[in-house]
This record gives sequence, structure tokens and C-alpha cells, in this order.
Amino acid sequence: MIYWLLFWTFFQAGAFSFGGGFGMISIIRDQVLSHGWLTEEELLNIIAVAESTPGPIAVNIATFVGAEQAGLLGSLLATLGIVLPSFIIILIIAAFAGRLMKYAPVQAFLGGIRPCVVGMILAMSAILLLQQTLDLGSVYDALAPDLRAMILLSGLFVIAAFYRRLTKKHPSPIVMILISAGLGMLFYGM
Amino acid sequence: MKNRSYREVLDLFLTMLKIGLFTFGGGYAMIALLESEFVSKKKWLERQEFLDLAAIAESTPGPIAINAATYIGYKRCGFWGSFAATLGVCIPSFVIIYAISLFFDAFMALHLVQCAFRGIQVCVVYLILSAGIKLLKALKRTAWNVAIVLVTMMLMLTCSLLAIRFSTIAYILACGVLGLAVDLIRRVRRGERA
Repeated sequence: MIYWLLFWTFFQAGAFSFGGGFGMISIIRDQVLSHGWLTEEELLNIIAVAESTPGPIAVNIATFVGAEQAGLLGSLLATLGIVLPSFIIILIIAAFAGRLMKYAPVQAFLGGIRPCVVGMILAMSAILLLQQTLDLGSVYDALAPDLRAMILLSGLFVIAAFYRRLTKKHPSPIVMILISAGLGMLFYGM
Repeated sequence: MKNRSYREVLDLFLTMLKIGLFTFGGGYAMIALLESEFVSKKKWLERQEFLDLAAIAESTPGPIAINAATYIGYKRCGFWGSFAATLGVCIPSFVIIYAISLFFDAFMALHLVQCAFRGIQVCVVYLILSAGIKLLKALKRTAWNVAIVLVTMMLMLTCSLLAIRFSTIAYILACGVLGLAVDLIRRVRRGERA
């Protein structure tokens, strides 16, 4: 049943994804792609929407996928699923186990997970990079280089580097999304 | 519930609603906003307490903002406090995204929008990559960290390229257990020498 599946899928994502934001996306990506709820392109679109609207990215993605798959109730259940593990775990820590996070075994466990999350994010960006610029999903695919995507991507890195030099700050994701939307219309619409 | 605590729960709910409505850019941005709201303005939490909270929110699973809201809510008003705080921080997200989902498919059918999103898809790759690089730079350069990052990355990339399905949750659990095992071995060795 789709309602239960939505709840359970996002519950798992909420219970096992560490590192917030992009750390969660690698797990959510795995889950929604394997259920066929989104294609890779649709997922990227939703990440952009989630980044440009307020609130936690993971909650935004859960709400969106739930709504697309099963309307209002689906959206409520997916959101509940992603929030509930956090709620339960933090409640336990706040109520009974304030020192839990300081125990050496817990720290050792987290010490293994932290670099793992970074590796997962880097792997995900490499996978997406190959897909977006070469249309390479697996070794069984034929290469179809997309020159415009390559130029766009290098352009974004150059823009970000200039922005950092001028302001000493990282450009906000929303600014980058808006710039790329403009460039996308220019590159692909003309 | 007493009248006073009822009002406190309501205050908590409204403050979190405001924070949920105005934070862009996920967890870390929200931590900064929570700090100014609960430590500087309302003085509900001591600075040290807040640092503990931030550490817990970042190292437990789930969205950082939800973790932080639940924790602050509980410390302030117990179970109902945590319930109100979590609900408050979720409502703006939920309402906005649900509304967008109603129009999104029609919006995406427009040719120019599709072109814009083709550019945006590339941008999201840039965003994920730069988030990954930022996290990599923040990680301590120990042999352990470098090894785990490299092995996880190569495994995941290889599986994906060979179209082998392998759950990402398994990577997380395996690395956590590996961390525990290495820690245990170190302790046993130290114990033997002592």
C-alpha cells in the first residue's frame, strides 16, 4: 500500500541519515530512485525547489514526493515518516540520556559515520556529474556528451570563485539557482 | 496543564513557526537563527547548553532543524513543548511545498521552464559537489578519515557504474560498526600494555 510504503521509506531515511541536508540526500536519493518515485532529473528539480524554499531540505523533499505519489494524505505520511525518528531519538536523549552522546562507543560509532557521509556525498556528486555532462548512468550506457552542461557547470564554478574573491563569502544556493535558471533558458531555449 | 505553561508552549510553537518560515539553506542556517532567538533574545538557554544542543542535533540522524526543535521544546516545556516546537518548525515547509506540488507539473510543462530547469539540474550538481568539498575540508586529516572517505566513495561509484543495487543505509551502518570495532581493538591493546 502506497501510504504505508511512503511512511516507511521516509521513516528509514529519517532514522539512518546522518549529517543533515546533503548528507540526507544521498539516502533519500537511493530510496526514491529504487521505488521509481522520481527520475534522477526530477530529484534534482525537487532539490532545487527545496533549497529555494524555507525549511529543512529533507522535510521539503518528503512532502513533495508524498504529494506527487498520493496527494495530501501521502504528503502528510511521508513528512511524518521523516520527522518521527528524529523526534523519538531526541526525546529519549533529552529526557533520559543527556550524556549518551559523550560515551566513547557512541563517539566511535559516529567517528566511523562522519567520513562515510562525506564519501557518500562526494560519490553522489561524481555520479551526478557523469550523468549530467556525459549522460553516463552505468558502463552499459553509450556516451552522449552534453557540451552545454559542461560549459554551464564550469561557468558556475567560475562565478562562485569570483563571488568569493569579491565578497569573501560563499554565494547563497538561491542566487546560484537563479543564475543557472537564466543560463539554462539561454543555453537550451535559444 | 497550567495556564502559564500553556502559554509557554504556544510561545514556543509560534517562535518555531517563525523560524521554520524564515530559514533558507537547511540545518546550519537554522542553528544560527535558533541561537539568536533562544540564547540572545529570549534567554531560554545558556550558551553552553546551546552548544551541547547543536552538537547533539548534528550528530543524531534526521534533519538538524527537527532535532534542534525537539530538543529545545523538551528542555523548555517537556513532551508537549517538543511536540509543539517540532510541529511549528514543520508547518511552513509542509504548506509551502504542498502548495507548490499542486502546480509543479503544469509549470514544468512549459518549454522555457524546462530549459531553465535543465540549467538548474546542473546547478544542483554544483551545489552537492561544493557541499561535499566543504565537508571534506572540515574533516580532520587522519588516516582513518581519509581511508573511509576513499573506500566509501569508490565502492558507491563502482556499484553505481556497474548498476549494482546496494543500499546506502548499509554503508552507514558498516562504517559505524567499523568505527566501534577499531575503537574496541585499540582499547584492548592499550589494556594489554598497561
